[in-house]
Amino acid sequence: MRFMLLFSRQGKLRLQKWYMATAEREKKKMVRELMQIVLARKPKMCSFLEWRDLKIVYKRYASLYFCCAIEEQDNELITLEVIHRFVELLDKYFGSVCELDIIFNFEKAYFILDEFLMGGEIQDTSKKSVLKAIEQSDLLQEEDESPRSVLEEMGLA
Amino acid sequence: MPAVSKGDGMRGLAVFISDIRNCKSKEAEIKRINKELANIRSKFKGDKALDGYSKKKYVCKLLFIFLLGHDIDFGHMEAVNLLSSNKYTEKQIGYLFISVLVNSNSDLIRLINNAIKNDLGSRNPTFMNLALHCIANVGSREMAEAFASEIPRILVAGDTMDSVKQSAALCLLRLNRTSPDLVPMGEWTARVVHLLNDQHLGVVTAATSLITTLAQKSPDDFKTAISLAVTRLSRIVTSACIDLQDYTYYFVAAPWLSVKLLRLLQCYPPPEDAALRSRLTECLETILNKAQEPPKSKKVQHSNAKNAVLFEAISLIIHHDSEPTLLVRACNQLGQFLQHRETNLRYLALESMCTLASSEFSHEAVKTHMETVINALKTERDVSVRQRAVDLLYAMCDRSNSKQIVAEMLSYLETADYSIREEIVLKVAILAEKYAVDYTWYVDTILNLIRIAGDYVSEEVWYRVIQIVINRDDVQGYAAKTVFEALQAPACHENLVKVGGYILGEFGNLIAGDSRSSPLVQFNLLHSKFHLCSVPTRALLLSAYIKFINLFPEVKGTIQDVLRSDSQLRNADVELQQRAVEYLRLSCIASTDILATVLEEMPPFPERESSILAKLKKKKGSMNVPDIDDSKKNMNGNGNVEHNNNNEPNEVTTKVYVRITAKQNCFEPGFKHCQSRGLAHIFSKIVPGFTYVKLKC
Repeated sequence: MRFMLLFSRQGKLRLQKWYMATAEREKKKMVRELMQIVLARKPKMCSFLEWRDLKIVYKRYASLYFCCAIEEQDNELITLEVIHRFVELLDKYFGSVCELDIIFNFEKAYFILDEFLMGGEIQDTSKKSVLKAIEQSDLLQEEDESPRSVLEEMGLA
Repeated sequence: MPAVSKGDGMRGLAVFISDIRNCKSKEAEIKRINKELANIRSKFKGDKALDGYSKKKYVCKLLFIFLLGHDIDFGHMEAVNLLSSNKYTEKQIGYLFISVLVNSNSDLIRLINNAIKNDLGSRNPTFMNLALHCIANVGSREMAEAFASEIPRILVAGDTMDSVKQSAALCLLRLNRTSPDLVPMGEWTARVVHLLNDQHLGVVTAATSLITTLAQKSPDDFKTAISLAVTRLSRIVTSACIDLQDYTYYFVAAPWLSVKLLRLLQCYPPPEDAALRSRLTECLETILNKAQEPPKSKKVQHSNAKNAVLFEAISLIIHHDSEPTLLVRACNQLGQFLQHRETNLRYLALESMCTLASSEFSHEAVKTHMETVINALKTERDVSVRQRAVDLLYAMCDRSNSKQIVAEMLSYLETADYSIREEIVLKVAILAEKYAVDYTWYVDTILNLIRIAGDYVSEEVWYRVIQIVINRDDVQGYAAKTVFEALQAPACHENLVKVGGYILGEFGNLIAGDSRSSPLVQFNLLHSKFHLCSVPTRALLLSAYIKFINLFPEVKGTIQDVLRSDSQLRNADVELQQRAVEYLRLSCIASTDILATVLEEMPPFPERESSILAKLKKKKGSMNVPDIDDSKKNMNGNGNVEHNNNNEPNEVTTKVYVRITAKQNCFEPGFKHCQSRGLAHIFSKIVPGFTYVKLKC
């Protein structure tokens, strides 16, 4: 996968993950162009299209468009399911995920994506293991954050 | 609410995001952002050392601002500092920041690499994963230099945890993509192949991805992976659902891993070992069989996953191109999908069939679906699906169906989307030329192209039709008659005027006998379009006029009057003026013999690679475009090319030599002076150093 974008119907970019090195200006241009093309598609059209030398796979979930760019030889249908799996993970984590969750917890969305995809390739396809890994890191957070009193630190309470 | 609390949530960040969302205008948003940036800047510069939580919060805010689309030019130092924190969340935010805002400052890079090195060596799997992720996300050359040799070691070490193995494999994959020369092959490659046997399917998946990329670089090193891949695939495909548990996706067994294994196998030709080959064939047959079974679930995820594996299997069958039964079965399966309810499947079936069409085993099978594809062209609502249908028609075209396919493509062209017209024009032109038995059909087709989509008929196309007409005696009369009739239309495209002007100039004499197309009628017809045309076309028409003077002395006076008119002799455009002046002069002073020699019929063109094909290849990039068969019949009707193309012209004094313009594969049918001397001067001189062609101008 070359990159993944999440954007709303109003053209607001909610998440962008790039798996290949691109200049910032070029990224902005590509995002603008692609958003225009995808938002112009009608509901019954197919989920794939050709753009530049890449294939675009996109799917709309509620108010968000999930859009992936893959290479010529990659498998389109399995990419659709990569998107679906990502949505499932977000859903499980946030509990009935909606766009607001992704806006206010954008860093968490990135962390979940990173557990699932790395370098553009899918890491682990077992939903259970990915969720477990995310839970574990959250637990680490808990440990970090819970304030300990001086006595606790010294082991006297 | 989530099962696990989301940690501290960074309240300040949430408030900030709310503020931004509540901004009523872009200016308000920028104002709020600048306020925050100033605040963060002062906090970073401040005397008080910030605690980890605050640093994390501010770095996160900066990240948010950046992702909104604003430029951030500070904060990197603080982010790098976070990397050395022992707290996981602080590290995490630090890594996220530097992965998103990549900085090429070499001091920073050194610090970052140091932090990564520490985390890699920490033996803490969570920290190691963070570090590996960062390397994979950034993938810069400096990181590759620092870590490319370390990561294979981590990957194959016995005590590495599964999750770290996965990360290491994919990290290595990314490094290999960006800096392949820095990833050395070594004895670790054999152990990576061995990972395909690992118990943990996540590790197998990651290893398969890695091997697929590496095998493209050095296929021999990974040959042993083939048999392991086939075995593993076979086990998955024949397994019952409960075997794979976590890796079953909507009742499909390990679809991602299956697809990856099939991709890996596409890096190699069919296995040489007969037992292995038959095992693979069995596997592929099972996948094809499963497609015929009733679905285990109504959900689209189930069918997508199942079909993803099916399509990848078909890709492998096409790649091997060695088992006729499999190829035909694949073709039939795709044929079924051509009529499926789901648009996605129809799209993919059309796409896959394109590749099938070029295999000799399945070409005939593909042709049986022609009617369905033509129907798709007419009825599909989605333009991208129609485009795939055009591609498939182009791929399946051969001598038996060329006339029908070209006719269908022409009728589609009438209503096609503007963005795809040029490509269709190029394809029709290529097919018409390649499969023309009767060249009158070819001429008709190209003229139709100009009529339907004149704006999208590029130069290469109409140059080509002229070249072919010049080279084939048998079609010249027909061409003259047809363009003459076509030009009668009240509104004809400028490209038609160009083609018509050139052909009538060369071959108008063939139809001049008929009173309806007498020389005067021809001239008036062309001249009626003159003022509607652009400068290059007018230049071409002027050349046609001088040719008429040579061919038809009876209209010499009429044409001279036109040339003599002020609008020509004093034309604002230099080229037109020059031509008018010189042609007029030529017509006055040259004797009939000399005029006839100067304006002799154009000699045939030499064979060259079709520029149309080159243009189509450039447009489509890497797509498979069939080549014009070079061994086909000679472009000339009579089989000899009477062209003198060397630098030594043999007849000197009475011929006019002109320089060929630099344009590849074609020339401007007109004069181009080597110097600004007049025509009469060139008459008797030869300027050495140019390639000369005897030209009629």
